Amino acid sequence: MSSDYEYDDDDYYDDEDMIDGTQDDDEISDDDMDIADDIKSAAKGKLKSYEVDYDSLSQSEVEKHIRDDTEHICGILGVDLSTAQLLLRHLKWNKERLIEAYMDNPSKVLVDAGVALTESHSQPQAAPIRTQSSSSSGSNSRRPTRSSSKLIPSRSSRSSPTSPTTSYSIPKPLKASKSIQHFLCPICFDDDPALRTLSLDCEHTYCSGCWTAYVVSKVRDEGEHCIRCMEEKCQLVAPDNFIQSILVPEPGAPVGDPTEEAENAKVWARFQELLIRYFVSCNRDLKFCPYPSCTNTVSCPSASSKLSLTSVVPIVSCGARGIGGQDEQLSQSQGRLGALQGKEHKFCFGCPIEADHRPVICAVAKMWMKKCRDDSETANWIKSNTKECTNCQSTIEKNGGCNHMTCKKCKHEFCWVCMGPWSEHGTQWYSCNRYDEKAGQEARDSQSRSRASLERYLHYYNRWANHEQSAKLSLDLYAKTEKKMEEMQITSALTWIEVQFMKKAVEELDKCRQTLKWTYAMAYYLAKGNEKELFEDNQRDLEQAVEQLSELIESPIEPENIPTLRQQVTNKTVYVAKRNEIVLEDTANGFLDGRWKWNASVDGFDDPDPSLIAF
Amino acid sequence: MASISSRRLAKELREIHAEGCPVGIELLKADDFATWWFSIEVMGESQYRDEKYTLQFRFDSQYPISSPAVQFVVGDGREAPIHPHVYSNGHICASILGNEWSPVLSVIAVCVTLQSMLASCKKKERPTDNDRYVRTAPDNPKKTRFHYDDDE
Repeated sequence: MSSDYEYDDDDYYDDEDMIDGTQDDDEISDDDMDIADDIKSAAKGKLKSYEVDYDSLSQSEVEKHIRDDTEHICGILGVDLSTAQLLLRHLKWNKERLIEAYMDNPSKVLVDAGVALTESHSQPQAAPIRTQSSSSSGSNSRRPTRSSSKLIPSRSSRSSPTSPTTSYSIPKPLKASKSIQHFLCPICFDDDPALRTLSLDCEHTYCSGCWTAYVVSKVRDEGEHCIRCMEEKCQLVAPDNFIQSILVPEPGAPVGDPTEEAENAKVWARFQELLIRYFVSCNRDLKFCPYPSCTNTVSCPSASSKLSLTSVVPIVSCGARGIGGQDEQLSQSQGRLGALQGKEHKFCFGCPIEADHRPVICAVAKMWMKKCRDDSETANWIKSNTKECTNCQSTIEKNGGCNHMTCKKCKHEFCWVCMGPWSEHGTQWYSCNRYDEKAGQEARDSQSRSRASLERYLHYYNRWANHEQSAKLSLDLYAKTEKKMEEMQITSALTWIEVQFMKKAVEELDKCRQTLKWTYAMAYYLAKGNEKELFEDNQRDLEQAVEQLSELIESPIEPENIPTLRQQVTNKTVYVAKRNEIVLEDTANGFLDGRWKWNASVDGFDDPDPSLIAF
Repeated sequence: MASISSRRLAKELREIHAEGCPVGIELLKADDFATWWFSIEVMGESQYRDEKYTLQFRFDSQYPISSPAVQFVVGDGREAPIHPHVYSNGHICASILGNEWSPVLSVIAVCVTLQSMLASCKKKERPTDNDRYVRTAPDNPKKTRFHYDDDE
């Protein structure tokens, strides 16, 4: 597949820098340009360690893949196109399995896939003929002896793929036979002699109106692409050209109700989209863009196996921007405007997270998200309202009564105040009032351990949530910045191009906050040690830089300060981008080197050393 | 509006009036093309001897392409039969009303199927998840996604 990085982030920034550089000649933008050039050459040369190789496919490109696969099967099995399509869909587009199963027992595969057996197929022995006729044309050497032994020569001509008996797809107009028997549609009970009637090869015949209503309801309401005959228990599946003949009027056909025809055309388009979606969902190398109304597909074979996801974070982009309908497939030159209006369709190929969760890998990101969903809401409440049984660690809420607690679960009796065993309270040993009593100390220890665990979590969660919140506010920041940029053009002699540094800073900030956010998920699960400390050093440096840049952007604008501000912001932006690069690169390299150790068991990794497990 | 649904229902009704219902099934009410009521009882030896239940059909404009919403009427002295596929709120878990519905089936065909579902019952009991289901069940049984695990 050809690689196409037209919409790649880095290129996008580079281009802007280039324009900057050509338009004004002061030192800062020269600097800016140099760095940009560095990044550019790196991007062009090879992928950075935190990037994956992927390809964006449009709907028609996917359709081509589908066609290729189908034709391939036609050639090998010697079946017609629509049969090949039904067979492939039935076996989830697994060509190898289909060929194997078909060689084994063609009639069974055909019946299971909802294809009608033609006359020659109705007798079990006759079925392999098809196989035979195909093996002569196909280049398959696996089974000549077996299939030829079943060959019935006298019939082979009838079942050749081009033979007229294989009429899976042609809707049969029954008008010709209506003179013999008056037709009454068994669904709507219409008996108009002018009725157009249709049937699949099973000859279960209904009027075209009922067929249309049925297909429309299946496709539109149920999102179903596998449409069986309406007859009860009939397993035949309608091939694509049958569906098409129902939904799309043939040229020269009498003109129907235009609104209905437009509606049916929409359903036909939807049907084709369903087929593509099904194909994509069956193929591990492909993923449909999850953004609303987007019809692009991304191919990323390097992230298709579960194993690969332990070392790469396959963040991809389908190339489109914004929400469908606005049709914002913006090119680079327009991209500078588009970035504010519509976000790029970035998502993770390896998991359902619809955002860039670099640097952390999918499995850990998933664990973190799950933990956040479970814990964050209730954690605070638990912390302030409950204590744990010192014996079995069950969480207990005291909602009344005295301080003599009996754990519902383990029946351990203890004192709510000092957490020591109650046995000492009713006797001469009563010493709840005394500080630093040993038993109580131990109890408090075990309790404080779980508190500490909670506190550890909250530490990371709060920082995570903070960056998430800031990212949500970035839309506001965009708007504010835009206003500021306008202000600057008025209060200073700067041109539109020259005030773009503000917007660039905001965009970089957004990107870095996204990274920072996920570094907290990563740090929560990283096992203690030098590696983690280095990771947190990098995290700290990025965070510090981000906060400084953030402050600069928010600072009030005085006309006389603008040149200084511009210089500061530009410098900081470049620095922040560098820090972000370092965090992403170092973490990605760590995954490739197997440097990261976890404090919990992570999918695809060895279980952690017991001494490293976090409580 | 002479939609497919009303034309088809009119025809089904005409046939019911002309030919009558199968044994054990009686049309109670069919004043419009939205809701019909039938009474249903199992003839001969069965767990449901001498018991009579009321079956309600609700049709939308997509009938017969889409299945009717069928349930037993509960309330006003009426009860749903105790059966492993019938919930106490009257909802029925039968594949023929869901993914195996076919537009060629008719109201009477559904009645007959449900009648034989009752007739073949060996032990009178509620579905195991009855309480949980009834607590959260939607008004229209068609909105439930049943799992048709043990039916034949």
